[in-house]
Amino acid sequence: MKILVPVKRVVDYNVKIRVKPDGTGVDLANVKMSMNPFDEIAVEEALRLREAGTAAEVIAVSIGPKQAQETLRTALAMGADRAILVEVDEMLEPLDVAKILKGVIGEEAPGLVILGKQAIDDDCNQTGQMLAALLGWAQGTFASKVAVDGDSVDVTREVDGGLQTVKLKMPAIVTTDLRLNEPRYASLPNIMKAKKKPLDQKTPGDYGVEPKRRLEVITTAEPGKRQAGVKVGSVAELVDKLKNEAGVI
Amino acid sequence: MTTLLIADHADGALGDATAKALTAAVALGAPVHVLVAGGDVAAVAEAAAKLDGVAAVLTATGDIYAHGLAEPLADLIVSLAGDYDALVAASTTTGKNVMPRVAALLDVMQVSDVMAVEGPDTFRRPIYAGNAIQTVRSTDPKKVLTVRTASFPAAGEGGSAEIKPVDAAADPGLSSFVGEEVAASDRPELGAARVIVSGGRALGSAEKFHEVIEPLADALGAAIGASRAAVDAGYAPNDWQVGQTGKVVAPELYIACGISGAIQHLAGMKDSKVIVAINKDEEAPIFQVADYGLVGDLFTIVPELQGEIKKHTS
Ligand SMILES: Cc1cc2nc3c(=O)[nH]c(=O)nc-3n(C[C@H](O)[C@H](O)[C@H](O)COP(=O)(O)OP(=O)(O)OC[C@H]3O[C@@H](n4cnc5c(N)ncnc54)[C@H](O)[C@@H]3O)c2cc1C
Ligand SMILES: Nc1ncnc2c1ncn2[C@@H]1O[C@H](COP(=O)(O)O)[C@@H](O)[C@H]1O
Repeated sequence: MKILVPVKRVVDYNVKIRVKPDGTGVDLANVKMSMNPFDEIAVEEALRLREAGTAAEVIAVSIGPKQAQETLRTALAMGADRAILVEVDEMLEPLDVAKILKGVIGEEAPGLVILGKQAIDDDCNQTGQMLAALLGWAQGTFASKVAVDGDSVDVTREVDGGLQTVKLKMPAIVTTDLRLNEPRYASLPNIMKAKKKPLDQKTPGDYGVEPKRRLEVITTAEPGKRQAGVKVGSVAELVDKLKNEAGVI
Repeated sequence: MTTLLIADHADGALGDATAKALTAAVALGAPVHVLVAGGDVAAVAEAAAKLDGVAAVLTATGDIYAHGLAEPLADLIVSLAGDYDALVAASTTTGKNVMPRVAALLDVMQVSDVMAVEGPDTFRRPIYAGNAIQTVRSTDPKKVLTVRTASFPAAGEGGSAEIKPVDAAADPGLSSFVGEEVAASDRPELGAARVIVSGGRALGSAEKFHEVIEPLADALGAAIGASRAAVDAGYAPNDWQVGQTGKVVAPELYIACGISGAIQHLAGMKDSKVIVAINKDEEAPIFQVADYGLVGDLFTIVPELQGEIKKHTS
């Protein structure tokens, strides 16, 4: 079985982004970029399934600019077998990403596709579910445990009330939550080896997709700032303020 | 035309999230119908019919809907979608699971986590963990929205909508329910609580979390939250996580105990009305959003605070 792992190049999670004052977007010049953290978890899970003998090959896919090659090299250095870059200049919406991924899946026929639950730039939390819909496959989102059993997979999901386990017919879509695993670091020798692993270059047109924005961005603004607060000297003062100034207790 | 709101419910009770999402649905300007799909939906449908602003309640019953499985639920919603201009759900784990599937089946883009409705097709939503807010206009013929419940007040009661059953859709047979682990608790739910007491990595163990945070929460009738670090370390269950990738809350009072204030945590609580931070590091970023900060050791401050609050509230 092959496992396909879509990985997105995003602003590193430690970076505090800056909104452009003219409202046209977020300033991405000279900002550190990394693999979306949930996608690292997805790569790790796929590698563990390969190491357990459940999967034979792990393929990383990214849809993005030329520099997304670096993100794919990271996946290869972690241990993915090969990679595919579908090159686009602008950031696509999840529906177009899902359509392109459907095209990739048509060629690769994986048994499992593991995505992140959410990209930390657009915070959409949509692509995996959309891809499952387009393929007519089952979906196990927000996974904290994945257990493949023959031609089905049990996915334990982090839900509002606790945990839910569902059984999915394979091929299936899984999206990762934070506690699924702890991703490995790539070792230096593996980073060197990754440079020689195959990385295919494609375009959306290769999959018959013509990306088209559906959500027109009118402005991008800074969130409202909170008024600076005060430090209080004692618990008694805090309780007094909560009661008499803020009126919340 | 009309808006369809998908009800979120568990154990025969309509979640508060639906009443909040209803406020956003009503703001679209069209009549709102509520879909209640489940195993046994009578009580939930009645509760939905009483909400102010609901024009009709549709019920779909069947075992396949009992656990909110995305595949049959999405097919059901799509089978009804022809009559609606907008399909709306709260950004709960159920809403987040099913609505993008619906959107893709309808070939439209979903607008995730709507925090303000500016018009029938224009919405504000957070990106980059809420460090930027986008205003977007959907150019799709149908709108599919999930609603950030912390941004909307709950609709009140006073309605008496008609309840009518609709046909179940065919079972796609792709998935099945295996089991669940749901912690029963008498505490208010995080999304609905007026007060939240949250603990971070500083608590050091599940025992300490329980010993230190719970009595303060009890004294305040509060829900309990946690940082991801506390959840990862096993001090608190996953469904208590507040943040960019956990729950987004906006209570009247949020008390952060031993939480540093990483942007991913702030994303989940910085819209709270009043924020209190207790942290021994006076440079901790949490103090930048706190209305009241107390620098010191939480293991002495939190019990003292609990005692002082008891004095004031009894
Ligand atoms: C993709 C991604 C998503 C994430 N999503 C979330 C999310 O949804 N929610 C979330 O919370 N985090 C999230 N995180 C993690 C986040 O980046 C931080 O690591 C996390 O919030 C830190 O938790 P903490 O504040 O409890 O721990 P720390 O940062 O370790 O802070 C502990 C604090 O306790 C203080 N302290 C220690 N001892 C005491 C004492 N005795 N008394 C008083 N104060 C004390 C310290 O001064 C420190 O400020 C995410 C990270 C990633 C990469
Ligand atoms: N451009 C992209 N390239 C590859 N994978 C992507 C891309 N966009 C989204 N994904 C995948 O879809 C997941 C969810 O993204 P989103 O729906 O944008 O929050 C991510 O964690 C990735 O696994």
